[in-house]
Amino acid sequence: MVNFSQNMDRGANMNILDYMKDHFLFLDGGMGTLLQEAGLQPGELPERWNVSCPEEIIRIQKSYYDAGSNVVLSNTFGANGLKFDDEELETLIKAAVENAREAARQSTGTQEKFVALDIGSLGKLLKPYGDYEFEDAVAMYSKTVRFGVKAGVDLIFIETMNDSYDTKAALLAAKENSDLPVFVSNAYGADGKLMTGACPAAMVAMLEGMHADAIGANCSLGPDQLVGVMEEYLEYASVPVLLKPNAGLPRSENGKTVYDVFPPEFAESVGKLLEKGIRIAGGCCGTTPDYIRAVVERSKSITPVPVTEKNRSLVSSYTQAVEFGRSPILIGERINPTGKKRFQQALRENDIDYILGEALKQQDAGVQLLDVNVGLPEIDEPAFLLRAVKELQAVTDLPLQLDTTDPVAMEAGLRAYNGKAMVNSVNGKEEVMSVIFPLVAKYGGFVVALTLDEGGIPDTAEERVAIAAKIIKRAADYGISKKDLIFDPLAMTISADTTAALATMQAVHKIRHDLGVNTSLGISNVSFGLPSRNIITSTFFALCLQDGLSAAIMNPYSQEMMNVYYAFRALHNMDENCMDYINYAQNLPAPSMTAPAAGAAPAGAPAADASSSGGPATELQKAIVRGLKEKTGSLTKALLAEKKPLEIIQEEVIPALNIVGEDFEKKKVYLPQLLMAAEAAKAAFEEVKKLMAEDGGDGPKRCAFVIATVHGDIHDIGKNIVKLILENYGFAVSDLGKDVPEQTVVDEVIRLHAPIVGLSALMTTTVPAMEETIKLLREQAPWAKVCVGGAVLTQEYADAIGADRYCRDAMETVRYAEEIDQALQG
Amino acid sequence: MDRETIIEEALTSEKKTIPQYLDYETPSINVTEWLRYSCIPIYEQENAAKDPELAASMERALSLIAGQVSFRVGFLVVPIEWGEDGYPILPFEQKSEKLKMNLQGCTKVVLFAATIGSGIDRLIRRYEKADPKLGLLLQGLGAERVESLCNAFDAEVKTCAEKLGGKTNWRYSPGYGDLPIEVQRVFLPLLDAERRLGITLSESCLMAPSKSVTAIIGVLPK
Repeated sequence: MVNFSQNMDRGANMNILDYMKDHFLFLDGGMGTLLQEAGLQPGELPERWNVSCPEEIIRIQKSYYDAGSNVVLSNTFGANGLKFDDEELETLIKAAVENAREAARQSTGTQEKFVALDIGSLGKLLKPYGDYEFEDAVAMYSKTVRFGVKAGVDLIFIETMNDSYDTKAALLAAKENSDLPVFVSNAYGADGKLMTGACPAAMVAMLEGMHADAIGANCSLGPDQLVGVMEEYLEYASVPVLLKPNAGLPRSENGKTVYDVFPPEFAESVGKLLEKGIRIAGGCCGTTPDYIRAVVERSKSITPVPVTEKNRSLVSSYTQAVEFGRSPILIGERINPTGKKRFQQALRENDIDYILGEALKQQDAGVQLLDVNVGLPEIDEPAFLLRAVKELQAVTDLPLQLDTTDPVAMEAGLRAYNGKAMVNSVNGKEEVMSVIFPLVAKYGGFVVALTLDEGGIPDTAEERVAIAAKIIKRAADYGISKKDLIFDPLAMTISADTTAALATMQAVHKIRHDLGVNTSLGISNVSFGLPSRNIITSTFFALCLQDGLSAAIMNPYSQEMMNVYYAFRALHNMDENCMDYINYAQNLPAPSMTAPAAGAAPAGAPAADASSSGGPATELQKAIVRGLKEKTGSLTKALLAEKKPLEIIQEEVIPALNIVGEDFEKKKVYLPQLLMAAEAAKAAFEEVKKLMAEDGGDGPKRCAFVIATVHGDIHDIGKNIVKLILENYGFAVSDLGKDVPEQTVVDEVIRLHAPIVGLSALMTTTVPAMEETIKLLREQAPWAKVCVGGAVLTQEYADAIGADRYCRDAMETVRYAEEIDQALQG
Repeated sequence: MDRETIIEEALTSEKKTIPQYLDYETPSINVTEWLRYSCIPIYEQENAAKDPELAASMERALSLIAGQVSFRVGFLVVPIEWGEDGYPILPFEQKSEKLKMNLQGCTKVVLFAATIGSGIDRLIRRYEKADPKLGLLLQGLGAERVESLCNAFDAEVKTCAEKLGGKTNWRYSPGYGDLPIEVQRVFLPLLDAERRLGITLSESCLMAPSKSVTAIIGVLPK
């Protein structure tokens, strides 16, 4: 037995990790339950009891130590800067830690004892689904951590977190403000996921990547309902797994809360999980010291299962984990400006929607990961990559591969990423490894390593394997395991050297089978300079997969590549009952057997069944009016051969939109149809923009229009619809998003000297923010006209807050914007 | 225990109960309401039903939400006392004329929060970019789903109250009429909604997930 004061003197933080190596670690039980029994009133902040009733806190915590708990959590679950000012926060945390220490001192228990700083959620949902900034959350948690460290805790215990991004903020704060061990525990629902969707494997990937010292689950459910979650943790985690469940489910009995699992059954259920491999156990809501005593007793007949390296290579998004080394992984390469004029234009114009569109299209095409490269010499890459990461993770649940050579951009992206990202890339150059590996060690990541170094790309497979071995060794210096590395042995074109593909395939084979690590390739380089590249590329892909390739950065729109992928999986017993293949094959487009029928009406020709008055006059117009996106695209493409882009816009697209717009105003069509037409028109604009980007010109533009949902309001569906329709009519819309601070709107209006601003609010409570925005606009941008819309607004309301115009819907906004634009032209 | 037993037990309690949480199976879909929430007014719906594109999108929306939504309600029962000023004394402060009228004669209230989870918000977010028409339909479907969930819970409360010889009145929500939305700041913590239902509040008192509802059901004695 170690005397407690000695324990403190020699730095207990090392001690707990050492202690855990050979022992189960027992946590305490439910604090809230006992505080309520002791008289805590609803609405009263329990943290204040650290100062007002320390004897009660000490009594409760002592009872847990007496029952055999090794770790007692300080009474600081809600101790954060949102609830207390700094002075009170520091006082409460200091008192809480002293109380726990005093409890340890008074306890008769002879076991090792530790005090953990307990950290619960801020209770704020982070952006994009909530209104709280990730970095603000990090700052808030940092305060609590700093006061806890100052008060002298042995470890930090982050618990009951039900959102992965919030968990990341808290863990980052703990890591940035202390060297103490950090345990992280999440609250899973009955569906085995966090409230915001993360599965256990995704949490394991992210938390282990950020070097949490122990991870697991608490609260929500009883031990039996958490068995599935615990099994998933044990399958993937290479760090100790913890469990702190409730005493089953609560119910009300004469105004008192009672739980349906009692100490003997609780201990039996937890005991079974200790046998399966969990190493740290305690209880949450409803578990009194009797529960802990029973668990400690039950554990005496169990030998702890050693914690082993599981060697599972994972990346994650905020909901799911993707594993490398089993079925091959497809990484979509299309978010990359290299050689794509249209993409470069989108980057220059800050057109994030174009990038999001590419992401979603690739997801639909079947990739499991998205490469994200937004590097262009003339743009601020760190800022843009940060924005792209935030926007992408709001619309897709695919994990991202951050692809940049700029370490500042890489850090910005990794920090904001909600999960464990793939990092593209390092290579054998010391200057690169020494900059990128520390970022990976801090934020977690699965790293692409190119087998080249100061000497360039070696010709032979053996030399590339040697570089890989060197990189594995160097990564280990930073605590990065080889399971978190994936090697790209570099595909080069066979048109320059016909032995190039052979060297690459040999390197893939050796790295996978001799070094035992994953491999990835940018496949398409192999065929550069050859005709019908797809034939070479897809065959090379098949050969590399056979040699053990784990992943490919590829073009998912290539049918040949997808053919190889699905066929390979089916042939390699990776596709149960060939279901994925069958599903894929059934959805393949039927091979085109016929040449285009002679005499098919040209796109701009009058539509056969054009109605006499005001109906669509041409095939293209008809396609737009009917909302046929693909047809509109192909018709526009054909028409561009004979007509000037601007003529197509003026004579085809705008008239078609007007037909739908007028019908909408007359209530002859409804909103979904208007949106379909708008989407179809967008396809026409895309074709026009593509051509103009090739020619180095700009698309057709009317005046600038700044649009935003006002501060405090997070409803943006209506605003997004208005934006889409405005863009269709050629306005240069700058969309500031939702919950936009007043001055941000003003700054953007000034920057663009925009003649018109649209503000949206859904709730009465946010109309004052709208009024304030208008007031600031009048002072600083008096030229700008302001139109307002949203569910709560009326003409009277708009007048009262000083708006120029109330617009009931998207078409009214377009009409008003046209008025302003014409006045400017005229 | 089944849901009605839990509700009945809570309704018989003399004191304020602890929050209880109920899971529901998928309620059947009210297509009229779905389309109405998707900005297709009832008088347009017959016409809209003929549009095969719309039908295809509706089917897509239904397949997308499968497995992405869950149906959960948290509730507690509170006895009402009446203040000298004539307003009901509830666990949150308010001076709402309309709520006062709505609760006339009631001896208890059921406070509840219902949510279909955050999956629908992710879907809306995704498809309003990729396919705005589908985004709108998902939006409407989410609204319909959470309303149907409220109806399912409401109906069970009504059944239980009637079984006990009482009845219930219309449900009333914070933010409606003159009951300020700010009462959400007290209402949701009473239900431990952040932890148990995953419902958080923004600075301006909006709930996330967006397809969440809080409401008050008055319970009248015989």
